[in-house]
Amino acid sequence: MSVLDVVASGPDKVTGYRTFRLGSFEFTRDAYFATLKWPAKGQTRTHQMPADLFLRALMRDVAWGFFYGWVNFDDVIGTRNHYGKVDLYAGAFNDNLRSAGVDHTEQFATPLIMATFKAILRDWVNEGFDPFAAPEETGSAFGAKHGDNLAAIERFRIATKRMPGLQGDSPLRDDLPVNRQFQDVAQDEPVVLAEPGFEKELSAINLFKYLSRSDVTWNPSVTSVCKQSLFCPTTEEFILPVFHGNDRVEWFLQLSDQIVWDVGDKNSGSPRARLTMKAGDIAAMPADIRHQGYSTKRSMLLVWENATPDLPKRYESGELKPYPIEM
Amino acid sequence: MALGNAKYLSAHWRRQMTYQTYFGSLDKFEKGTIELINDKATNYAFSNIFEVASRSRPYEKVVVGKNLQYVIETLRAEGESSWFAASHDEFAIVMDGEVEVNFIKLDNPATIVPPAKEGSVRIEGKPVGKKMGLVRLKRGHQALLPAGAAYQFRAVQRGVLVLQTILGDHSVERWKEICYQ
Repeated sequence: MSVLDVVASGPDKVTGYRTFRLGSFEFTRDAYFATLKWPAKGQTRTHQMPADLFLRALMRDVAWGFFYGWVNFDDVIGTRNHYGKVDLYAGAFNDNLRSAGVDHTEQFATPLIMATFKAILRDWVNEGFDPFAAPEETGSAFGAKHGDNLAAIERFRIATKRMPGLQGDSPLRDDLPVNRQFQDVAQDEPVVLAEPGFEKELSAINLFKYLSRSDVTWNPSVTSVCKQSLFCPTTEEFILPVFHGNDRVEWFLQLSDQIVWDVGDKNSGSPRARLTMKAGDIAAMPADIRHQGYSTKRSMLLVWENATPDLPKRYESGELKPYPIEM
Repeated sequence: MALGNAKYLSAHWRRQMTYQTYFGSLDKFEKGTIELINDKATNYAFSNIFEVASRSRPYEKVVVGKNLQYVIETLRAEGESSWFAASHDEFAIVMDGEVEVNFIKLDNPATIVPPAKEGSVRIEGKPVGKKMGLVRLKRGHQALLPAGAAYQFRAVQRGVLVLQTILGDHSVERWKEICYQ
């Protein structure tokens, strides 16, 4: 999909920001807010989010490739991944808006919605604002358009085939500095004593060192692959910028510190539980929920995913129960 | 601008805040909580790996996470384990203590871990094959347990291992005992 397929206006004469169209949705921003417009019941409906929250959510949706299932930017707008196509919705997973009939959903080919979202990020992220960073580590998202931050929004992630550091696999992060909140994390390396001929077969890394050098928050990346079982640890600080709605069961293993999770019904958003996870805690996120996490101290979280391709259908059809264990 | 830019940290924040990263251990852990609103605690299969390991026999492969056939197992590392092997890659992370892992390349892996066999298989006695070497792991270190290689854990200092693998003959499931009900 070419950038030419993205529908955008010229820069606004006052704010400098472009307006983007995707199907019958329209995205605009001003100094403080991002606004989404869509048609429903013969009217143009609108929804606003603070620009920083919108851009943090949009950044995760792009970086995660629309992830597994639903990425709710807030309780009104979001995307659902159909793996090749993506739904963009407004109000479709909000009980009140849906029952009032003012919700709207459109499906797009993944390359088109991805190109549009990337174009919005390139235009709306100002110099000094890093949507991946914790609030204490970045400048402001607000104000009229001033510059850009392409280095931050176009960070290149290399897919891991088995484990970082193996020959031909993704690199370690030795060139990145240790985050300010992980200065006390040991940086020692495991000892690997391979017999001649087995140097490429034995491998070990300091996973906590690797994580302590992550320069992004709430952005899982694969560190070990056992067939379709993917360990995707990440470092977390402040708020997960989206409510992730699961299309399969995923698991969280809290490696360090603490995260609090609000869990709601996937379709309505109504609260179901609140989990406080401390170091060593492990818990499932069922396939019928949405969740959002809060981490005051930067923490290490192991997100565990099952990438088996047909899982969304099997959960949706009822073949698989939404929770992982019968007790 | 630099990524994750420290220049945005206020002087107040830099001066006042010091951070201590908290990792649990076999001897010191605190289990979190579930505040239920409209759900059942069992849906979350919530346990704590240190608590589980503190109640396990050495190297008992207790399943603490299960996603269809895939599992996360917690092992109490103490003394020396049996030898194990799998037909697929597995991964071990040391969450507490210090563990040495010895490896032997199996001469005839298909007889012990045929390709269709999932999960780790316990090998009686010392495996037949070439010595590959060893790795020494401390807290936070992760090792590849490559497909077709036998491995044995030896705790230099007792602790806790997490294993990424597939449900196997020696996996132990006791969900009611380890999870919030």
